[in-house]
Amino acid sequence: MKRIGTPQELSAIQEQLKKQRDPSKPMVTICAGTGCHGHGCIRVKEALEAEIKKQGVSERVEIRATGCHGFCEKGPLVVIHPQKIFYQQVKTDDAADIIQKTLLNGEVLERLLYTDPNTKVKITYEHQVPFYSKQQRVILGFNGQIDPTSIEDYLAVGGYAALAKALFSMKPDAVIREVKQAGLRGRGGGGYPTASKWEHCRAAHGDAKYIIGNGDEGDPGAYMDRSVMEGNPYSIIEGMVIGAYAIGSQEGFIYVRNEYPLAVKHLGMAIETARAAGLLGENILGSGFTFDIKINRGGGAFVCGESSALFASIEGRSGEPRDKYIHAVEKGLWDKPTVLNNVETWANVPLIINRGAVWYQSIGTEGSKGTKIFSLVGKINNTGLVEVPMGMTLREIIYDIGGGIPKGRKFKAVQTGGPSGGCIPESMLDLPVDFDALYKAGSMMGSGGMIVMDDHSCMVDVARYFLTFLQEESCGKCVPCREGLLRMSEIFADICEGRGKEGDIEYLEKMSVAIIDGALCALGNTAPNPVLSTIRYFRDEYEAHIKDKKCPAGVCKALIQYRVIVEKCTKCGACKRACPAEAVSGEPKKLHTIDPLKCIKCGACLESCKFEAIAVE
Amino acid sequence: MQEDIKTIIERYGRDKAFLVPILQDVQAKYNYLPQDKLLEVAEELNIAHSLVFSVATFYKAFSLEPRGRHIVSVCLGTACHVRGAPRILDTLVRTLKLKAGTTAADGSATLETVNCVGACALGPIVIVDGEYHGQMTLTKTEKVITTLKAGEQA
Repeated sequence: MKRIGTPQELSAIQEQLKKQRDPSKPMVTICAGTGCHGHGCIRVKEALEAEIKKQGVSERVEIRATGCHGFCEKGPLVVIHPQKIFYQQVKTDDAADIIQKTLLNGEVLERLLYTDPNTKVKITYEHQVPFYSKQQRVILGFNGQIDPTSIEDYLAVGGYAALAKALFSMKPDAVIREVKQAGLRGRGGGGYPTASKWEHCRAAHGDAKYIIGNGDEGDPGAYMDRSVMEGNPYSIIEGMVIGAYAIGSQEGFIYVRNEYPLAVKHLGMAIETARAAGLLGENILGSGFTFDIKINRGGGAFVCGESSALFASIEGRSGEPRDKYIHAVEKGLWDKPTVLNNVETWANVPLIINRGAVWYQSIGTEGSKGTKIFSLVGKINNTGLVEVPMGMTLREIIYDIGGGIPKGRKFKAVQTGGPSGGCIPESMLDLPVDFDALYKAGSMMGSGGMIVMDDHSCMVDVARYFLTFLQEESCGKCVPCREGLLRMSEIFADICEGRGKEGDIEYLEKMSVAIIDGALCALGNTAPNPVLSTIRYFRDEYEAHIKDKKCPAGVCKALIQYRVIVEKCTKCGACKRACPAEAVSGEPKKLHTIDPLKCIKCGACLESCKFEAIAVE
Repeated sequence: MQEDIKTIIERYGRDKAFLVPILQDVQAKYNYLPQDKLLEVAEELNIAHSLVFSVATFYKAFSLEPRGRHIVSVCLGTACHVRGAPRILDTLVRTLKLKAGTTAADGSATLETVNCVGACALGPIVIVDGEYHGQMTLTKTEKVITTLKAGEQA
């Protein structure tokens, strides 16, 4: 693409690209996000391309691999345009029918449609699928439309209009005012008002100022940032350039998690093409404003999501945080004023500038504006990425969008906020999801992980899981976090392995308070949250582990036993064949029994039994 | 071999701020961080050995031991955890006869754990040499390992 020298040239190119794209042209889009990759979407794409070639219609139709569509549970996902017919769980064998029947003849293939599990009705169009119909996809919306490696695609949907507007018709102060009025709060976890950071950084002394996009998404069970970086990298870059203009920064970084190679690749390509098009780098759009971005790959340390640890990592050191009385907006990266925002926050900025603070404010609740992307995972029917207006209740997200709990099991809790968050019980399902309501409930918004658990999930085990995770990820700099979390996880090991004793719960509570007060950074300060929230809402489960030496959910290995249910056993022998420890005895057509002394509690018998004849007690 | 480290360091303008990406490139080249290469990086960048070593041991992406010909990773993210990932890990430990984070003595395989690969719909997930195996059961896990072992012997 040739260099765009003025805002007029930009709008001319946008118009031209829009005109070139005939909205009635038959097009098939296939989701190429990570979930669909795992489902084998690349092979499906190749089969579709081969069929288009075979039919000799390459000129008449278009095929496009896009970013994540969000409905990962049903991948690979294919959408046929212009009708927006939605096909799910597409296989390579379906390619011929999709091209010949649907794309060329408009015939709908019943077998590939999504069936609403509640009404058993087959749904033809994407926007009618309940998973999508209740969402408001302002950030993720373009993911399904654009090829993330094509700047033309982004320009054709109006990309970079916000940048031109900011550079040529707004003063830096006005940009900050707009973001402030919109009420944008940081999407990375803390929910700090974005404009406030910008204001302070703008006012800070010094010529060199840095802008950073935090894409070090380390929360296990959360992949929102990944899908934005992979599916629409230009929106993040555009937001960062606008932020840089507002603050007066010339240099920026995007810090991406090492485990996300596709995000690194797409961001890298986007930066290069944006630079070549004059939308990044020197003299952007001929405005005289210069700003460039480098990508920094993380080294696989959770703590580097913390601002000062992230700075240390970019500077080439071990990612150890420092005390927070020195603010990043004054002394951040290389001790220069720095604004660090999550990549999802940056992706919100062009929207605010384009559509205005008043529009943005109209979405969300009193204290939390806009939409938020959540990764809805765990024991949920419709696993995927959902973007909803702030203030939607947990019940709507889990049941209306998520489709409830699989296998008709009972909902137990939803964990929000990642390892720093907490577990919210069923009694609080009508809680509106925003920064403040979640905090009051003992959890937090975090970056947007939402892990659903059913009655087969042990809350003590979940608390232990997060604690062990954080103990391993603790950088080791401060004692409360390094030693405190270790001691707490030892107590958890005792509780889960049958050595729990009276007073352990109170001891955990005391330790939690000490760590919250004493730890240096947010990793330690928030580490006890999963423990405290599970004690608060599920104390009976702790007591069952400690007093009765039982795990009610049947998870903690040392406290459970497998047993054959005599009435249900059909004597088929499947469990005997599956058992790796030869603990199952019995001959064909005779009752099988499990020898508890030989049993290694791997669960193979339970998995192999088709008749639910294995009990966990 | 002397040149290789130099080339990598030149790519980053001999700037010690790029120590992490430099080590990532060294690891990509050698499959782990050999001790002599770490020393070479320190010499070339004119920084203390201890600084290079502290960075190499701090970040989980780096391995100071040679890794196996096959890499088997199991995702232990929260979504996979509640869907039974610990049992899948137990099965891998049992069938590969390897502890998590270690490499077989004959160099055939390394068993690793990873904290979320962001493909939660597929959980529990096992990744063998970059290929995702989703919705794993104990039986499927055993099969994957049997196939891997058969390929190694052939």
